[in-house]
Amino acid sequence: MKTINAFLLILSLVLFPATNTILMAQDQISPIDELIDSIPQNEKISQAFYSTRVIQSQSVEMLHKGNFDVRILHRFGQVNNGIKEFFGLDDASMRMGLDFGITDNFTIGVGRSSFRKEYDLLLKLRPVQQQVGNKNIPFSLVLAGGAMIRTADEISLSGYKADAGDRLSYYGQLLLGRKFSNRFSLQLIQTLLHMNYVNDGIMDNTIYALGAGARLKLTKRLALTLDYNHNFSKAEDYYQPLGIGLDIETGGHVFQLHFSNALGMNERAYLADTTDDFWKGEIRFGFNLSRMFQTGRN
Amino acid sequence: MKQLATIVCICLNSFWVNGQKLITRTASIGFYSDAPLEKITATNRQGVCLLDIDNNTIEAAVLMRGFEFRKTLMQEHFNENYVESHRYPKAQFKGKISSGSPQWTTDGNYDVQLEGTLTIHGETRTVRLPASIRVNKGIVSAQAEFSINVDDYKIRIPALVADNINKNIRIDIHTGDLH
Repeated sequence: MKTINAFLLILSLVLFPATNTILMAQDQISPIDELIDSIPQNEKISQAFYSTRVIQSQSVEMLHKGNFDVRILHRFGQVNNGIKEFFGLDDASMRMGLDFGITDNFTIGVGRSSFRKEYDLLLKLRPVQQQVGNKNIPFSLVLAGGAMIRTADEISLSGYKADAGDRLSYYGQLLLGRKFSNRFSLQLIQTLLHMNYVNDGIMDNTIYALGAGARLKLTKRLALTLDYNHNFSKAEDYYQPLGIGLDIETGGHVFQLHFSNALGMNERAYLADTTDDFWKGEIRFGFNLSRMFQTGRN
Repeated sequence: MKQLATIVCICLNSFWVNGQKLITRTASIGFYSDAPLEKITATNRQGVCLLDIDNNTIEAAVLMRGFEFRKTLMQEHFNENYVESHRYPKAQFKGKISSGSPQWTTDGNYDVQLEGTLTIHGETRTVRLPASIRVNKGIVSAQAEFSINVDDYKIRIPALVADNINKNIRIDIHTGDLH
C-alpha cells in the first residue's frame, strides 16, 4: 500500500505540474483574446464607394440617417475642341442636387440640370446590405427609382410641340454591389427607363440598360472609378455613356473628377441623351462635388 | 484518501499559481479630440478587462469597430481611413501595477501607476499611466485617464483636417464592476 501511495504521489507530482504548465500556457494564448473574440460581431460593410454616385450612375452607397448631401455637378465642353474653347472649359452644363437620408436605408433626392432644364426626383432603398460576422451577406442590393421632367422648349422636326406629359420620364434601377476588399468594389446596374415621348420617335420609349461601376482605391483617400452603361435600345448617333474618374475623399467632401462622353447628369440624360462618342475623343471633363451635412442625433 | 488529498492540494495549488482573475466585458472606453474647429467624442462600451489580483497584472482590449460616434460618417472614416480596423481590429493594453498597492479586500480608493504596452493601429508602445482602483463593498472597479499622441501609433491626420482633429487624444476608461 505504501509503495502505491508513494507511486501515486510521484505520479501526481509528475503529472500535475505538467497540467499546471499546460494551463498556464493556455493562459498565455491569452484569455483576453478569447474574451474579445466572444463579443458578437455583425459588421455592416459600407464605404464600397466614397459617394452615392459612381460617376453618373447611382452607387450602392446610401446616405446615413439625417444626412444632407449637397451635390454640385459640372460637365464641361468637349476636350477635343482644343485651345480655342480652352479644352471645353468655356462651356459648362450643371446639375444642382440635394439628397437626404430618411433612414440609413432610404434616401430621397431632388435635382435640376441646366441640360434641357430638367428636374429630377429620386427614391433610393437598400433592402440588403453586405455584412460579415455571425451572418454573412456577400453583397448589397439597392433599388433606385425616379422621375424627370424637361422644362426647356421642345419642338420636334415635324413641328410637334411637347406638352407636360410628353416631358416626363421615369426609371427603375436595381443595383447589386460588393466591396470585394478595402481597395476594390464592383457593382452591376440594371435600368429600365421609360420616356413618355421621344422626339420624332427616333428611339424606343422604353429602354433597358445594363451597366457596371467599379472603384479601385489608390490610397486611403484617392480612388479610380469606372462607370459604364450599355443601352440595348440605343438609336443611331447616340452612344453608350462611359466615364473614368478620380475620387478624392476629404472627410465630409467628396470630389469626383472625371472624363466622360456623357453630358447628362440624370438617368434619362446619360442613358438616352448621350450624343458624343468616347472613342472618337468626344470626351468632357467634369466633376461632382458632394458636401455632407449631418442633422439630428443618431 | 491520502493520495486524493495530495492530488486535491496540487490541483488547488495550480489555481493559486494562476492567480485570481477579475473580468468585465462591459468596460467603457471613451476618447476625445478637442481641436479648434471640432470636438470629437466616441465611446465603446464593449471593452474587456482582466485583472489578476494576485499578480497585480492587468490586460484590456477593445474592438475598434465598437467605437460609436455621433456622426456616423465620421465613424466610417475613423475605421476606414484612420485606425484601419480591417487590418488592426483591436487595441490592447498589457501591463502591471508598478506602484501603489491596492488592498483588494478592503474598501477604499487606491491610486496606482500602470506600466505596460499599449497597442493601437498595430503599433506597440511602452506606456506608464495613472489609474485609480476602487473597492466598494468588496467589488473592484478601475478607472484610468490618459492621453496618447496619434503620431506614436502611426495614425496619419491629413493637413486638410489638421484643425478638426487634435493629435493628442484623451482616453478615458471605466471598467465598471469586475467579477
